[in-house]
Amino acid sequence: MFTEYIFFFLSVLALYSAVMVLASKKPIHSVLFLTLTFFAIAGHYVLLNAQFLAVVHVIVYAGAIMVLFLFTVMLLNLNNDERSPKPVWAKTMVSIASGMLLLVLIGIFRTYDIKSAADPTLTQIGLVKNLGQILFHEFLLPFEISSVLFLTAMVGAVLLGKKEQI
Amino acid sequence: MLAGLLYKTILASLILVISLVVAMYSTLIERKVAGWFQDRHGPNRTGPWGLLQPLADGVKLFFKEEFMPNTADKFLYILGPSLTMFIALLTSAAIPWGPDIVIAGKPYALQVADINIGVLYIFAILSIGVYGIMIGGWASNNKYALLGAVRASSQMISYELAMSLSIISIVMMTGSLSMREIVVQQQGFNWNIFYQPLGFLIFLICAFAETNRSPFDLPECETELVGGYHTEYSSMKLGFYLFSEYINMFISGAVMTTLFLGGYHFPFIDKLGLSPNVFALVSFMIFFTKITFFGFIFMWIRWTLPRFRYDQLMRLGWKSLIPLAILNVVITGVIILINLK
Repeated sequence: MFTEYIFFFLSVLALYSAVMVLASKKPIHSVLFLTLTFFAIAGHYVLLNAQFLAVVHVIVYAGAIMVLFLFTVMLLNLNNDERSPKPVWAKTMVSIASGMLLLVLIGIFRTYDIKSAADPTLTQIGLVKNLGQILFHEFLLPFEISSVLFLTAMVGAVLLGKKEQI
Repeated sequence: MLAGLLYKTILASLILVISLVVAMYSTLIERKVAGWFQDRHGPNRTGPWGLLQPLADGVKLFFKEEFMPNTADKFLYILGPSLTMFIALLTSAAIPWGPDIVIAGKPYALQVADINIGVLYIFAILSIGVYGIMIGGWASNNKYALLGAVRASSQMISYELAMSLSIISIVMMTGSLSMREIVVQQQGFNWNIFYQPLGFLIFLICAFAETNRSPFDLPECETELVGGYHTEYSSMKLGFYLFSEYINMFISGAVMTTLFLGGYHFPFIDKLGLSPNVFALVSFMIFFTKITFFGFIFMWIRWTLPRFRYDQLMRLGWKSLIPLAILNVVITGVIILINLK
């Protein structure tokens, strides 16, 4: 019962702040609302008994990526009046495209049979020990490959950031 | 169930009060230590040995004019210091303050939340700790405050990496992410610092950078930035920023003690033969003494070393500490592998 209230609170918070990311006038506010959305989603992970995922979500998204976003937006110091208004045709096209996407999503989920999810307190998969066992036994190869991918991205970023020609 | 809930509430409130009182008196001790280092008395007019000085300071801060710049973002301007204080107080939940105490025949843990990812929880709090400073610095709409905020964010992100890497070697040795488990494995004099001296040094340096303490207090560097991120703040909002720095010092001392100095353990811990509750009290006092020792180190370094230059800070973080921390992880891994065979 209590968890249900928390669920609804977190859902409303996540949706509200996600909408406010788009609706707020100042870029900084958008970034902060996006951070709030991430926290609400992390709360959902905790409700699903996936504490590891929740904490990593906070560390990676709220703690690192959003701080960098905030950092960049602060440095650029974007103001409302400096942004050029979008032309009408662009607005129309964006509305049509996102409307189509909404239709597709409704089409998918209209006939989708929502099974009652397994009781999150019974599934122990989100706990760090079980997750580690699965990652390093069943999915070892994909896990290692994705880490190589990260390394490549890092090296690429460093190369792009270098000023002089190589 | 209800008794457990009540116990946790009382424990959490107690830890909150202890953190606040310790932070309050750290300000006095800091000034006393500074006086000692500079061969003068320090505050000694309010009460015996200046013991009422923190109260006087608190009253002064409360009654100062509440100033808000016209061009500030009102909501974020207030949110900044509040968030800093809130996040500073969050970390203490995962720290084990002592062994179990026994009330009415039932054992209760002296820890608010024994989560199995305690170490990661502390990382998470650390990584969001910068928001209060960034929001406050930006909302002030002042170039010095903004520069301070930008400095704070890049400094904290840089030093977080080395800090996390230095803890990874501890986690590898312990085989657990739970703070309680890490403490239990350092029973007696079997402290992690003897196995991970390099990791400890890296962690200590990063703790200075993360708490914005001198020699890494560049976000508030007064010779270049007037007052840094809290230039525009006054009254108790400024007090919150200053105060949370002392809470951070206390908590990071507690984290360092837990991870490296054996938490509440001390040599010959099992030979005392005390009843559980007295034993818990003694252990807690030992833990507290170790934290105080770290508090003294924080002050000692502040009053003896000059401030780093910003490029020196970045070079130290990225070019010295991170490679050293990675090396430390590799060495630890190799040694664990050799011991396994």
